[in-house]
Amino acid sequence: MELFVDALTILARWDVLAALLVGSVGGVIIGAIPGVGAAVAIAILLPATFSLDPIVGMTALLGIYGSSMYGGAIPAILINTPGTAVNALTTYDGHPMTERGEGRRALSLAYSASFFGGVFSVVCLILLSPVLAKIAPMFGSREIFLAALLGIILVVLAHRGQVLAAGMMACFGIFLNTIGLESIQYSKRYTFDQAWLSSGVDLIVVVLGLFAISQAMVLLIQQNTATKARVESGGMFQGFKELMRNKRVAFTSSTYGVLMGMIPGVGEFTSQFLAYTTAQKTSKTPDQFGKGAPEGLIAAESANNAVPGAAMIPLLALGIPGEALTAMMLSVFYVHNVIPGPGLFQNDMDFVVAIYIALLLLNIMVIVFLMFSTRQLLRVIEIPTRFLGACILTLSFVGVYSLRNSAVDCAIAAAFGVFGYVMKRLNLPIVPIILGMVLGGIMEPKLRTSMMRVKTPMDFIERPIAMILFLIIVAVIASYIWAAWRARGRASHPAG
Amino acid sequence: MTDHRDIDPDGADSRAAIKAEMDSGSSHGQLLFALMFIVLAVFLLSQLGEQTKFSSKGKLFAQPAFWPAVGVIGMVFFGALHLVARLLDIRKKGVATAPTTSPGTTDKTAGNIFSVEFREGARWLLAFEYLGWFMVYVYVTPKIGYLLSTIIFLVLLTWRSGYRSKRMLLIAAAVGFAIVLVFKSFLGVKIPGGAVYEALPDAIRSFMIVNF
Repeated sequence: MELFVDALTILARWDVLAALLVGSVGGVIIGAIPGVGAAVAIAILLPATFSLDPIVGMTALLGIYGSSMYGGAIPAILINTPGTAVNALTTYDGHPMTERGEGRRALSLAYSASFFGGVFSVVCLILLSPVLAKIAPMFGSREIFLAALLGIILVVLAHRGQVLAAGMMACFGIFLNTIGLESIQYSKRYTFDQAWLSSGVDLIVVVLGLFAISQAMVLLIQQNTATKARVESGGMFQGFKELMRNKRVAFTSSTYGVLMGMIPGVGEFTSQFLAYTTAQKTSKTPDQFGKGAPEGLIAAESANNAVPGAAMIPLLALGIPGEALTAMMLSVFYVHNVIPGPGLFQNDMDFVVAIYIALLLLNIMVIVFLMFSTRQLLRVIEIPTRFLGACILTLSFVGVYSLRNSAVDCAIAAAFGVFGYVMKRLNLPIVPIILGMVLGGIMEPKLRTSMMRVKTPMDFIERPIAMILFLIIVAVIASYIWAAWRARGRASHPAG
Repeated sequence: MTDHRDIDPDGADSRAAIKAEMDSGSSHGQLLFALMFIVLAVFLLSQLGEQTKFSSKGKLFAQPAFWPAVGVIGMVFFGALHLVARLLDIRKKGVATAPTTSPGTTDKTAGNIFSVEFREGARWLLAFEYLGWFMVYVYVTPKIGYLLSTIIFLVLLTWRSGYRSKRMLLIAAAVGFAIVLVFKSFLGVKIPGGAVYEALPDAIRSFMIVNF
């Protein structure tokens, strides 16, 4: 109880609550604009929060992180274009409902399911806290190294059909992180005697280039589109009643969201896929899935919205991000002098609980906002795409230039923008570059520290958690090779 | 938000063709990208001894060269496999010669494969125009100030994007002003005042440096 009061004390400030409100509402709006996304918004806004009090800046960005998926459902349902990539499955049943004149019902149901998933994951986070507080201190350097290695392997293997491309991008990310002056022997690495490379390549500069500037280029180069979105008049509250009639689907899907969200590299796509497939298999009307089944919409939205809360578990407990957005959140924490990891649970549990409460509050703020402002929110969908691209390019400048007023940073970001544009044209995975940079940066010092105390390779995995993580890594790789082998066998000997 | 005067300056047909490919994800250019990536990876690997330190003292994992080597060797390994996979893919399926006009038409002859790949490579160059716009904006801001450069940049880019109506250009100017107001005046982000502000009277100069 004392912990809860301490946590409330952290949040009970007008500027913090205002930041949470602005972040939450801003996140919904950003999520509702196809082609922007929370990662772009956080990358642009992160340097802008430097001048704010750390807790104020962090809650604003946490608001965007936790609420963008709510907004992403709106264009997915009304115009068949997901606002964020993770709302793609929402289009399957959401848009057919709109086509048969049930857009309002679909939106209301999506909001309710998202709210259920969001709150469910925060409750799980709170319930798991005592367990995490006990387990987290058992993670030393070698366990964190192995967990980060597992994360990178899962991220690569999660890109089905693009594993090789994801592998090369993850290694590229690892390489990028090593450029500059290393901190042990102070030797230069891959600087080519250029002074501007000595300080290395900043993660935020790369993120802004790969996500924001590349997206601006995609929008500016593609044909202009401006779509009108309409929804029938009426209240938005009936979705909760319908959700209660399908509470089994909401519960199962949110559980998938929480479980998959906790595993680095797996995240929203896998959780949605599993939730949707399970909902379809257990439905009395499986043939309606993809044609406007409310259960399908509930499965997709509750699963994807359960992920942000759950993804906070490895991030806060071990300092290991699972996807681009949590990698951005890790930067947010670092920038504001909060170091996620076992130490956070031991020394700053009140801060961790404050984050849980903030996540809970933002879900409430967002649902209230959406219930009354959907009609006004539709106007952001109508922003012409090329004009949106021009605005993103303008905003990218603030994000990069305000970091350290460096034109070189801007040039690097612009170069990564072109690289990201090419990758987007080729449908190649961008996220492994970011995770390679972040996880590579974690793995290098952890390996160095842990190997100092190791005499034989087996000593590295002598501790129980290290052994478990090692066995999981072996099992993940073995199961992937086994699955690939079987798929190859099936392809060369087709049935029949 | 647009009106009838907002036109597409580059021709709707070419844009439509590009958009069709953007939407489906281009299968073209994969080989070119894989080739360029492996060239970069091999170059970086060849520089490992030059660009990183490897001393005879200390364990392997503690060497400054160790972690860059992990990244670069991984790039070469996965990059080479990716390149082989793309080559096998082309040998098996060929390349679609004209995806937007006659889907399903494929070709395996080397000349056509190169032609298709380099045509896609030429499309990548379109992005350099906006890289140029961005860098001019970066160059000009410390000279004429954040407020003026942002409004001019956004209005010109809006014009370039095909929105020629007064209404859209006014909206662009207003959005530019709002961006400066939110980020510089309200949030106080670190963007230095423009050199032209030095010509302003003292009282106005400090106000402009702090807020715009």
